[in-house]
Amino acid sequence: MTTPTTRAGAGGRAEPPGRTRRGVAGVQPVAAMLGVLALGLCLVTSLDVVSAAVALALELLLLPVLRIPPRTLLLRASPVLVAVPLTALSIALYGRPSGREWFDLGFVHVTDGSLTLALATALRVLAVGLPAVVLFVGVDPTDLADGLAQLLRLPARFVLGALAAVRMTTLLGEDWRQLARARRARGLADHGRLRRGASMAFALLVLALRRATTLAVAMESRGFGAPGPRTWARQARFAGPEWAMVAVLVGIGVASIGVAVAAGTWRA
Amino acid sequence: MTAVSSSGAARIAFHDWGWRYAGRDAWALRGLDLVVEPGERVAVVGPSGAGKSTVLRAVAAVLADEPDPDDDTAAAVQGSVLVDGADPRAVRGRVGLVMQDPEAHTVMSRIGDDVAFGCENTGVPRAETWERVRHALGVVGLDLPLDRSTSRLSGGQRQRLALAGVLAMRPGVLVLDEPCANLDPEGVAQVHDAVRALLHTSGATMLVVEHRIGTWLDLVDRLVLLEPGGGVVADGTPASVLAEHGPALTAAGVWVPGAEPARGSSRAGGGRPVAPSTERAGGSAPGAPVAGGAFRPLDEDTALLEARGLATARGGILGRAGGTRVGSGIDLGIRRGRVLAVTGPNGVGKSTLGLTLAGLLRPSGGTLLATPDLAGEAGDAPIRWTSRQLAARIGSVFQDPGHQFVARSVREELGAGPRALGMSDADARVEELLDAFGLRHLADANPFTLSGGEQRRLAIGAVVASRPPVVVLDEPTSGQDRATWQAVVDLLGALADAGTALVVVTHDRDLVRALDADEAVLAADGARAVPPAGTAVPPDGRGDPSAGPGAPSAGPDAPSTGPGGPRPTTEVHR
Repeated sequence: MTTPTTRAGAGGRAEPPGRTRRGVAGVQPVAAMLGVLALGLCLVTSLDVVSAAVALALELLLLPVLRIPPRTLLLRASPVLVAVPLTALSIALYGRPSGREWFDLGFVHVTDGSLTLALATALRVLAVGLPAVVLFVGVDPTDLADGLAQLLRLPARFVLGALAAVRMTTLLGEDWRQLARARRARGLADHGRLRRGASMAFALLVLALRRATTLAVAMESRGFGAPGPRTWARQARFAGPEWAMVAVLVGIGVASIGVAVAAGTWRA
Repeated sequence: MTAVSSSGAARIAFHDWGWRYAGRDAWALRGLDLVVEPGERVAVVGPSGAGKSTVLRAVAAVLADEPDPDDDTAAAVQGSVLVDGADPRAVRGRVGLVMQDPEAHTVMSRIGDDVAFGCENTGVPRAETWERVRHALGVVGLDLPLDRSTSRLSGGQRQRLALAGVLAMRPGVLVLDEPCANLDPEGVAQVHDAVRALLHTSGATMLVVEHRIGTWLDLVDRLVLLEPGGGVVADGTPASVLAEHGPALTAAGVWVPGAEPARGSSRAGGGRPVAPSTERAGGSAPGAPVAGGAFRPLDEDTALLEARGLATARGGILGRAGGTRVGSGIDLGIRRGRVLAVTGPNGVGKSTLGLTLAGLLRPSGGTLLATPDLAGEAGDAPIRWTSRQLAARIGSVFQDPGHQFVARSVREELGAGPRALGMSDADARVEELLDAFGLRHLADANPFTLSGGEQRRLAIGAVVASRPPVVVLDEPTSGQDRATWQAVVDLLGALADAGTALVVVTHDRDLVRALDADEAVLAADGARAVPPAGTAVPPDGRGDPSAGPGAPSAGPDAPSTGPGGPRPTTEVHR
């Protein structure tokens, strides 16, 4: 999550620690969020193969810029890669039939039309899913929270509360393992998996509530929710890199529409 | 209102103050009159239920419920509490609070952000915030990069981080609610020094509550003794209050310096009252301890578990080796009727070793063997036992009792283990334990609703209910007042006297002494066993079997002191 760059702490000057990540990882996540949203809007205006293929091709060309190792990339994109064939298959089988018929089983029609639609949809899911996954997995929640609160002006109480909650979920994982060990130690783990799961879930809830209460007190004691303006120690910037990110993603969407219109395949 | 820029110590004044929590009939505290002048440093002591935490929380304005005079079930307040003449809620930020659980009050995921959090909330400009953050981290001696993750800090580091967060807000009052209760001795020293530096820098008024009050005596100039329902009973310099009210303080659960338990004081051999008879009766369960006397038979020093070159790892999933290796080269013998204390600094894998010895984590190297005496018809590797085989042989008491409660009432909780094992006398066993562990009046209460000390007793009782010959406990005494501590330690001593082998993961020196425990000191580069002769499994085979364990040990407390008296030091390295 955090990079080992230790820019901060160098020198005693009263200067906030700057961006600790370089390159694309250092771009404010809100920019990626807005950009991917815009790209998605561009791509849902049409249902043709060409626009989706162009967008995907441009993305694949740009992918090396992110310098993500292929293994990591595959791992991050795996949910999308699983979803795509499933989506395509269901559309190929159940999509609106048109053109030559390849296969008919009453409720299942595989036709030229449904196959084309399946391909177009598969490419479209990839074209939106790939940048979303690649740009968002590994985002530091703190950066995202800063962006949401300072740039998009979401309420600080809500954003910081959610941020604290995200941080606490990591503790819940260890809680769950301890709960499982405790049940094994008591002789209760040989069977009755369902009932045991329910009792563990209840205990986890109690532990989580207890933690949340303490955390709320800790936050309150440090003036959280105090009346008066709140300042932000880290400035969420929306400058060159952020605009570039949005421009590239919107550019991909616009280019795909342009090519499709020129090729005459664009249909709203 | 937020008083960001105001500086200097604050004055605290309680006038006939009282508080009743929502849904309670009894007042937590009533009629409190207490004035703390600016810059004074006051330790508040008293038995559980005297309202110490309530006093601190009132000053920090974090009492959860809003009083409502028209609603009988709502919280209620009487009298007044003022910080610098104002309602504490109006001067939030003037009062800095540090609480007991280091894990639960780190707010942000990076060190710098966490310290800056309070400044942000009170509207400190950005540049000044970072100036304050750097300064505060310097004062508490936390010399780490600002963007370092907060998730891997030790307890002592976390508490210092919290102190830095408080200092960065330029507080007029520092409020400490048992900040050292869960720390190892090194962490306690770090936090103590950080508080001293903080007070030196800020000149703030201080209010501190801690069971082990000795930690703070050099920093406080007033000691206030509260009594349940009685308000302030004693108030004066620490020396005078300790001199005049020493016995009352000890009775109130305060750890008075100089009144520490003697070596072996909780063992039968050490002159203590012997175990409750129910605890010594065991013997019908498979593999149950057979020793029945009030003294430990010298020739029944049977090995039950042996670790050779054991390496441990945490984070690995059951059934898969891996995770982070945290300990290695550990040689230990777990013997009937003996107490083995696993000690060492935070983070060297004490708890991980405990879980491994308890058959709950797979060893990442070396061997952990159960001897035939323990294993019976099961195999010799505890990790491969079924859950019920394990429960009949090795019990585990977790650091957080909340992790191990499985039932809706205390009675069911005590019976859950024996029933799972099909013990025919399960009901009778539960009745015995309700009395032996002082839980009878709570038999129908939900385990989660008990107080900390009661939960601890129940956690131990529910495990020994199955009469396992070996019991592994993780920090059974952390954060307890003296009275609860004594109850728990006496129970453990009685168990050992009855022949149970105990493994206690702890940083509590008093516990090690009172149980006259053998000690295995873990260090980053290996393990060092400090056992009485004849119990270790020394790699070079130089154990001396002639010295019996029954002889009262004159060995030194400090593990680093070499062979003293009958205790040869076995050093084991990677």
